[in-house]
Amino acid sequence: MADEEKKEVTTSSEAPSATPAAPAATTPAAHAGPGPRPYGRGPGGPGRRPGGPGGRPGGRGEGGPRKFFRRKKVCKFCVEKIDSINYKDVRLLGQFVAERGKIVPRRLTGVCTPHQRRLTAAIKQARNIALLPFAARY
Amino acid sequence: MPQQQRTYEVMFIVRPDLPEEETDRVISTVESNATTAGITVKNVERMGKRRLAYKVRKFQDGLYVLLTVEGPGSALAELERRLRVTEPVIKYISVRIDEEQKRLAKVKKIRDSKVRQRPQTAETAAGSEPAPATA
Repeated sequence: MADEEKKEVTTSSEAPSATPAAPAATTPAAHAGPGPRPYGRGPGGPGRRPGGPGGRPGGRGEGGPRKFFRRKKVCKFCVEKIDSINYKDVRLLGQFVAERGKIVPRRLTGVCTPHQRRLTAAIKQARNIALLPFAARY
Repeated sequence: MPQQQRTYEVMFIVRPDLPEEETDRVISTVESNATTAGITVKNVERMGKRRLAYKVRKFQDGLYVLLTVEGPGSALAELERRLRVTEPVIKYISVRIDEEQKRLAKVKKIRDSKVRQRPQTAETAAGSEPAPATA
């Protein structure tokens, strides 16, 4: 019991000793201006809100300025492990084409950049051979 | 320098109002054009009649045919020229697929090796217990 308590004490004493060290490291960085990133990981950047733990993007959503919940979009091709994006696969491509025939942007669908590139190329090939419309009739 | 053999997909649309034997003849002439241009036809696939996404030469439907061919690029250019002058073919597209196939094979290989690795690491991590179950 006593040993355990001692251990705890030692660890807790270590922790405070570590925390003052970190702000000490950040203060020169704050003076330097652009470059608080390597140091500012622990106690947040200077001038930032203390609510953000570690200032990490895409945290649990708590403490952020955004109140409403937004589901994280994921790339369909990465998740379902679709390797080939072929111009013949109209049903697949059709999911990423808006009603009027436009290619839906990445920010709406959540497709990752490499896959969006392939997707765009495939949609354009499909348009060329009249599998997909250039512009749908109204 | 010898010309590289490349794999292409040539998809073309035949006008839909021709009788059956006429479309067959069109497809066979395209094939023979390909072989005379120095292209080997590997596969011919009729994809059937489909509704076009937009009007092409005032046609709403089209008969899609897909050729998988192999040959040098200059021969493919010749085939494209012949397709352009073939009256019943209303639209065509040729896509190079050998690089894509290579990429897919690579991805598949990596994925397979990962799948093979994962059970091994699980066994080593868990110790002796799952080993008899697999054996």
